Amino acid sequence: MFGATLLLALREIRRHVLRSILTTLGIIIGIAGVVTMVTLGNGVSASIEEEINSFGANAFFIFPAQLDGQPPKPLKEGDIVAIRQQIAGVKSAAGQVQRAVTAFHNGQNWASDVEGASNDYMQARSIELEEGRQFSTAEEQSGANVCIIGPTVYEEIFVAGASPIGEEMRINNVSCSVIGMFKTRSVGGGNEDLDNMILMPIKNTQRRFVGNDDIGFIIVSYDSTYDSAAMQDALVDLMRERRLVPEGEDPDFELVDTAQANQAIATVIGLMTAMVAAIAGIALVVGGIGIMNIMLVSVTERTREIGIRLAIGALAREVRLQFLTEAVVLCCFGGMIGVLLALGLSYFLAGVMEIPWVFSPVTAVIAFLFCALLGIAFGYYPARRASKLDPIDALRHE
Amino acid sequence: MTASSIIEIERVTKTYGQGIAAFQALKGVDFAIDEGDFVAVMGPSGSGKSTIMNILGCLDTPTSGVFRFMGVEVQALTADQRSLLRRRYLGFVFQGFNLLARTTALENVELPLLYRGEKKSVRREAALEALDKVGLVPWAEHTPAELSGGQQQRVAIARALVSSPAVLLADEPTGNLDTERSIEIMHLLEDLNRTGITILMVTHEAEMASFARTVIHFRDGLVENVERGLHARAGATA
Repeated sequence: MFGATLLLALREIRRHVLRSILTTLGIIIGIAGVVTMVTLGNGVSASIEEEINSFGANAFFIFPAQLDGQPPKPLKEGDIVAIRQQIAGVKSAAGQVQRAVTAFHNGQNWASDVEGASNDYMQARSIELEEGRQFSTAEEQSGANVCIIGPTVYEEIFVAGASPIGEEMRINNVSCSVIGMFKTRSVGGGNEDLDNMILMPIKNTQRRFVGNDDIGFIIVSYDSTYDSAAMQDALVDLMRERRLVPEGEDPDFELVDTAQANQAIATVIGLMTAMVAAIAGIALVVGGIGIMNIMLVSVTERTREIGIRLAIGALAREVRLQFLTEAVVLCCFGGMIGVLLALGLSYFLAGVMEIPWVFSPVTAVIAFLFCALLGIAFGYYPARRASKLDPIDALRHE
Repeated sequence: MTASSIIEIERVTKTYGQGIAAFQALKGVDFAIDEGDFVAVMGPSGSGKSTIMNILGCLDTPTSGVFRFMGVEVQALTADQRSLLRRRYLGFVFQGFNLLARTTALENVELPLLYRGEKKSVRREAALEALDKVGLVPWAEHTPAELSGGQQQRVAIARALVSSPAVLLADEPTGNLDTERSIEIMHLLEDLNRTGITILMVTHEAEMASFARTVIHFRDGLVENVERGLHARAGATA
């Protein structure tokens, strides 16, 4: 019987194509809104998460901070050693300095950045090698003239297809040999091309390009089984002590926990997504009321038809099922168009907003099921009314 | 009452409304209809002929009395049971044709079979067969708006026929048609009657009633008289 009812419902919708589309407009807009917003929300979350993770997951960043217009007091190698030795749960601690440089190779030059780094640093920031090797301990300790280039540098000044390993290149006036190339780590929407970097041992970078032994920031990666809040407190205490910050005064450094920042941003985005989705949800309810309205009109308009159906032997529950099916099919039809619309719209907007397009099929399925539910909720009353009609009165209805 | 009676009506009354607004449309009527008969119900408006048709069509139940259809006491049945009875044994033809608009003739004729849960191929075949009986196969894909009144009524008859009913109820089937089309429809009903279908027709036109073998006259909610054993109108084919 259900197949026949579905057929009747489809025939009915076909009989009133324009009206069916107008009726479902509310649902279409509602579903398109909800699905688009959730998709964009997912995209923004993913984009931010990716950006934060590119700094390293489960890591603390320590930056020197400017206080009262004083130039910030730099971080030193001693700080790193102290963190490694005195804080429990630290997997690695590494410093970084960075300078803008011009790289030369193969008769071409290219504006890039040299990043004073170490193997610990690469591990903490999840930098993986495409080819070649990491720095050796000797190279790190002595500050050898070796470098690991980023894919952008390779593309710009190296011979395409040929391995850069073992090649000599010049950075400003320092020549160095390429020992490796790291995998792309750029993410969409970032304002810095993380692939346009040349990694060198930090000692070498300090000596050759910076001219002092200051450290730009320290990255502390930690074991995720440790309580990050406790570790943060310990780190702050240690740094205050080392930097002689008197009790009660603001510290002259900043400490950022990537996991925490991640979570905070995810919470905000989740809230915003939920809010916008809720507004679109209201549109859905309004759409549902539209369905109910048109179904009531339809029942009145088709009273005679209902009479005919009852006269030729339709059961009250079959008439009810027919109208209910019509409402559900209408809603699902609207939901389907809405989802398709959302697919296109979110894809377009994700492109404009330069965020990844994270379409979740689960969202689409939930939205679709919700439509069916709306159809039942708002179609039941009109369907019931149709089924309660008296066949004789219905047949007499003009 | 003979053993071959398909319909038996005993002391049937029907009252609409309550209290001082009550109106007795049927005041206690008795008659029986034999299987295979062609019956015309006649009478002026307000005589109760529509009321008795609604009861005979199992659309309504009597206020009191007994209505037996194929031996079953219909007044004791639930609305759903009466629906199933209509679906299985009754076909309806109305004055206003009552076809579904914007639905092809074929789909209109298929409708009763849809409620019977027949498969698509079965539905289609039976609907085309019914349309063939009324000579409308070439118009199968046309909607009612594209058909003349006579054609629409023939589609309606095909719809009533498609489920092979025991009884076909026709409420003023020629009321909206000119004389020529009316005669055509009556001939069609006559042909159907010859195949064994009992036909019950309400009409106020003596000419149409003359096709019947039995004529029941109603007046003021009572059966005035029953003429039985009438032959098909002499020269009806003229």
